[in-house]
Amino acid sequence: MDNDLSIRDLVKRFGGFTAVDHVDFDVPKGSFFSILGPSGCGKTTILRMVAGFEEPTSGIIEIRGKNMLGVAPNQRPVNLVFQHLALFPMMNVRENIAFGLKRRKVTGAEIQTRVDRILERVGLPGFGDKKIHQLSGGQKQRVAIARCLVLEPSVLLLDEPLGALDLKLRERMKVELKKLQNQVGTTFIYITHDQSEALVMSDQVAVMNKGRFEQIGTPQELYGQPNTPFVAGFVGDNNVWPGTVNEVRDGEAVMRTQDGVVFRARSRETLAPGDRVNLFLRPEAILIDPGEAMGYNSFEVAIRAVLFDGANSRLLTVTPTDLEILVTLPQNQLFAHLEPGRTITAGWRPEAGILFRSDG
Amino acid sequence: MRAKAAFWIFLAPVLAWLLLLIVLPHIDLLVMSFRSRNPGGDPGWTLVNYQRFFIEPIYWRTFVRTAIYSTITTVITFFLAMPVAFYIAKAAAVRLRGFLLILLLLPFWVSELVRVYGWMILLRESGVVNYFLIRFGLLTQPVEMLYRDATMIMGLVYSSMLFMVVPLVSVVESLDDALIEAAYDLGAGKWTIWWRIIIPHCKPGITSGSIVVFMLSLGNYMTPNLLGGKNSLWFTEQIYNQFIASFNWNQGAAFGFLLLLLSSAIIWAGLRLSGQKLGQVAS
Repeated sequence: MDNDLSIRDLVKRFGGFTAVDHVDFDVPKGSFFSILGPSGCGKTTILRMVAGFEEPTSGIIEIRGKNMLGVAPNQRPVNLVFQHLALFPMMNVRENIAFGLKRRKVTGAEIQTRVDRILERVGLPGFGDKKIHQLSGGQKQRVAIARCLVLEPSVLLLDEPLGALDLKLRERMKVELKKLQNQVGTTFIYITHDQSEALVMSDQVAVMNKGRFEQIGTPQELYGQPNTPFVAGFVGDNNVWPGTVNEVRDGEAVMRTQDGVVFRARSRETLAPGDRVNLFLRPEAILIDPGEAMGYNSFEVAIRAVLFDGANSRLLTVTPTDLEILVTLPQNQLFAHLEPGRTITAGWRPEAGILFRSDG
Repeated sequence: MRAKAAFWIFLAPVLAWLLLLIVLPHIDLLVMSFRSRNPGGDPGWTLVNYQRFFIEPIYWRTFVRTAIYSTITTVITFFLAMPVAFYIAKAAAVRLRGFLLILLLLPFWVSELVRVYGWMILLRESGVVNYFLIRFGLLTQPVEMLYRDATMIMGLVYSSMLFMVVPLVSVVESLDDALIEAAYDLGAGKWTIWWRIIIPHCKPGITSGSIVVFMLSLGNYMTPNLLGGKNSLWFTEQIYNQFIASFNWNQGAAFGFLLLLLSSAIIWAGLRLSGQKLGQVAS
């Protein structure tokens, strides 16, 4: 049994609304698994069903091979880190962490040593007697995680726990959470709407939309080989460029954009000439002034604005039909002369762009 | 300057109210309680009115009885009000909440006197309850349900409910549901969640509700008198008797102040026992 959590054909309906629609997945032991999706996509509902707060309409939830149907939340070998942490304000840090151990009738001395050990592990040694309101946001975070980890759950569930933190702290906690998970080796299931959190921390990510899983894969797979237009648009940034297929050969399609430019690109769908398609092209895949390199698709655009953001700087450009295309602007002196109003030549390798049939 | 003047102008009626209707009469009563009842000669200063309370067993025993029954009333009211408040604040649909609170409020649109007479119609020997009990064969002889301690406490609980439910609803409402779920997730059962999470969170509301209910019961005159009858032995009746029946205003005033002091002492002790401060409770 290598999976800590197995979900089979899980469905949850609230009245006429289907929140979770036939979802299947396995989470291998000791891995960091994320569910990524926009708010209202049903990811919290999945988590609450695993924790036991909601009953599935149909389907199977197995934790370490044991069916969890009808098992109350206080009997399940999983613990949940709540979105707003839900630390008990009437207790101090030690009492918060000891709460679960006391419920299991662990002896006082044993509780003492285990609480001290877990506080050490999350980097808060000596914080036991502090009140909850004396802690900073990041410290509360760690207490909430310690409170669950001290119970040594099979699976730790995390419900967007970084959402309430400010950006700088969030960036730091991301790295710390990943490190912590590596150290303790507990299986983490993390849900978030922030793609950067999911990509940085996870071994595997499931992208969820409207109650369904669009794709499950490693962060690299989701980024490089998106299965659906939704994944292509949601994971990382993408330019969307509509057009029509001219011809298909050797797994590559030749498309003509609405501006009349002809590109070669790959597709995961079987396309036929005449199909209307959208080209998904990442800003970082576009090179400025690619020169005469062999096989590049190239096009001309006018610069509308320079969006300076340090290493993440971009050019906002427009095609002749006024379609906005973002182009990554490398921060070397080579491109310092670019300014709004100029027209540039841009190019990209045919493997970098991906076509999806458009519905319209 | 102008703001300051406005402040005093608006405060003046309140101050006048407090001074004329509360402070002055109390000073007069306080003075009176230290004077002996001496219609003929010169009324001198004395402690005899206070001594009598401790010397005559009937007086302090009545007080102890009143305090104990008020405490019982408070405890029963709490145990009845807590589930009601929890239901209104957490379980009921949001649309239903206001309606339920109005249902609780509705009996208070009628004066207390009328409500107590209502109970009397139900409970007296020839009353509605006895009629139905005999009709359905549960009793052969009508039973007098009035003028019993239990009936009196029931009446006090009934008229105190609202004052416990309202503060409890507001503290329960401020409880984050995630705390309950978190406790459940960490392995707690129902009782642990009530005892470790919900009750500690609701402590300020419980205390303020309890103080109000305790004080109202202790100072209630009508309900013990009408439902408990002559046997009710409520301390307020002793005060009433001194003022009206014996016409001994000095003794009545002393009893009044003893009631104030002793009930304050009981509340102070209650706050100390539950480890709270009056300021926290009031906020």
